[in-house]
Amino acid sequence: MSRHVDPERRAARFIALEEHESTHDRLVWGMRRNRDEEVARVPEWEKLRELASQIKEHTLTHLDRYLEQFEGNATRRGMHVHWARDAEEHNSVVYQILRAHQVRSLIKSKSMLQEECGMTPYLKKRGIEVTESDLGERIQQLSDEPPSHIVVPAIHKLRSDVATLFAREIDSDPSNSDPHYLAEAMRGNARPRFLAAQAAMTGANFAVAETGGFVVCTNEGNADIGASVPPLHIASIGIEKLIPRARDLGVFVRMLSRSALGSAITQYTSHFHGPRQGGELHIVLVDNTRSDRLGSPDFWHGLKCIRCGACMNTCPVYRRAGGLSYGGTYSGPIGVILEPGFDIERFRELPFHSSLCGSCTEVCPVKIDISDQIYKWRRVVAEKGLVKLTKKVGMSALGTTLAHPSLFHSAESLAESALEHAPRFLLYNPLNAWGRHRELPAAPARTFRQWYRENRGNHGSA
Amino acid sequence: MEARDAILSAIRRNLPRPAVPLPELPARDPKQTASGVGSKAGLTKPSTGRVSDFQRQLQAMGGTSFEVADLAASRAKIAELFPTAKVICSATREVPGTRRIEDVRDPHDLNDVDVGIVRSSLGVMEAGAVWLTEADLVVNALGVLSQHLVVLLDPAAIVDTLHDAYERIDLAASTYGLFMAGPSATADIEGVIVHGAQGARSLTVLLVAADPTHLSPKNGTHE
Repeated sequence: MSRHVDPERRAARFIALEEHESTHDRLVWGMRRNRDEEVARVPEWEKLRELASQIKEHTLTHLDRYLEQFEGNATRRGMHVHWARDAEEHNSVVYQILRAHQVRSLIKSKSMLQEECGMTPYLKKRGIEVTESDLGERIQQLSDEPPSHIVVPAIHKLRSDVATLFAREIDSDPSNSDPHYLAEAMRGNARPRFLAAQAAMTGANFAVAETGGFVVCTNEGNADIGASVPPLHIASIGIEKLIPRARDLGVFVRMLSRSALGSAITQYTSHFHGPRQGGELHIVLVDNTRSDRLGSPDFWHGLKCIRCGACMNTCPVYRRAGGLSYGGTYSGPIGVILEPGFDIERFRELPFHSSLCGSCTEVCPVKIDISDQIYKWRRVVAEKGLVKLTKKVGMSALGTTLAHPSLFHSAESLAESALEHAPRFLLYNPLNAWGRHRELPAAPARTFRQWYRENRGNHGSA
Repeated sequence: MEARDAILSAIRRNLPRPAVPLPELPARDPKQTASGVGSKAGLTKPSTGRVSDFQRQLQAMGGTSFEVADLAASRAKIAELFPTAKVICSATREVPGTRRIEDVRDPHDLNDVDVGIVRSSLGVMEAGAVWLTEADLVVNALGVLSQHLVVLLDPAAIVDTLHDAYERIDLAASTYGLFMAGPSATADIEGVIVHGAQGARSLTVLLVAADPTHLSPKNGTHE
């Protein structure tokens, strides 16, 4: 039995670090603003969103066909295609390949899927040294923490945290927290590891059925160094990453980095269509609950996700609470709808770690109905009897009130005097986590209904 | 085989219905696209707007570019930009370096390269990106192990959008092909942009027409 994640308690820990919280909020919101600027330069943006959504929905409703097509083409191109039903099988397939090549150290680029599978600890336990090569991921690896953001994994850390960490782990100057200095220190540390590695691992952003190849997007070029230096390259690809045609890449590549960081494209958008001369290329196609989700009318649209992180950057809860508060592989709104699918007991609190403001749905480049799904997960949690007692007390009172108009109207009028006169304890008590960091606005002198009756009441229905 | 069949049959059981049709991608205006690889006779010159927009976008991505008159001017520009470079490894005969890429047997041997030189067959205006393949790089690691990278690009080979680019590229023709938009970059520490995270520290694009006598036979784009 897994202990369930308590996002409120975790968020409180982050919010208590005032400088971290305010810096995080500013940086993450900055990415959202950059996104808006870059998106405004593409007049056909909404058309692209619609196309992207339809292409993904088409692929997912024909996924068996496209996977077979991809496998056939990739095999013809000299790649080895493996299949894995779950995380354990993925890790074991990878380990078998590495063992057959007597690999002792490997360099990897960012892969949320490998994170999801817990691959690094699995390999470490079996004597294989794994080095993350993306700067943010390496920071997280050295901190023994999961990524807090899909695109910028260490965005919750201050430069001073990184300076302290690097001083301890790679002998950099502890008093120098200039990001240029720190990045250079890591470049110097990572280069020999790239050269010494006997294998490289990557994920994939897209896999093209028509050509049997896959695309990896990075800004550092670290996936490309990995794929071009050691002789062995293994790519882990979730089965939902398929797209039908090479031309479809135009739609997705145009949207990915604009949505993520607000840049027109990632610095490196690399297409792999076979092993390089003298090299070997393996692909592991991973299910790990994706085929279950496909069968859920409420939740299969979550499989359209291209992992851009736009929903995280725009989310008022994510920005304040930080990605580690979600306690899973995926954080932010996308984490709220993905993680309960892996383990509903463990992640039963996540659907309540949201204000349901709907901003995530608005920015999603593939039009996932994220906020609707968050609401639907709340229902699933309630139906399974997993709602926490403190929430039940408030919600059943609210339910009764909303279900009876007369009760609602008297409650509404009462609320105004209550806001002025009620002991603050009613709102700011330990049962109400939302009150802890908020003040309520001053109540209007009249309720909307009172105002309407006085001003519009005699005009009948409009 | 067991895993494969189990996954495929689970998918077949669970395929969402109704099936969604594959949308047609909007047709591109043929006038909008550059006329292909190299500067062959009879091709329309791109508007100056497209080239300057490409340059501006590349700059936004952290790269630099120069319009140079010819290959002799390109060689002079490289000498001017990298006066202290010891190892210059070139993958194009148009601009020789101190090391020929054909002489490199192992990618590890590129770790000491100060400047790599390569010709791209396609540029993308909206992204400020150049398309490079294994045919261009010869040893793929040249693009990312070199401390600095110089890319020759024919201004006539710049297209407007990534849609146009994917129309022209034959992905099946290369085991490796990439859009490179500027140098290696990271914003992983407090969002501060730092160039030269792992790959090349700088990307310089020299806009210069290809010398037809040096064109490589295989370049991964539709002729």
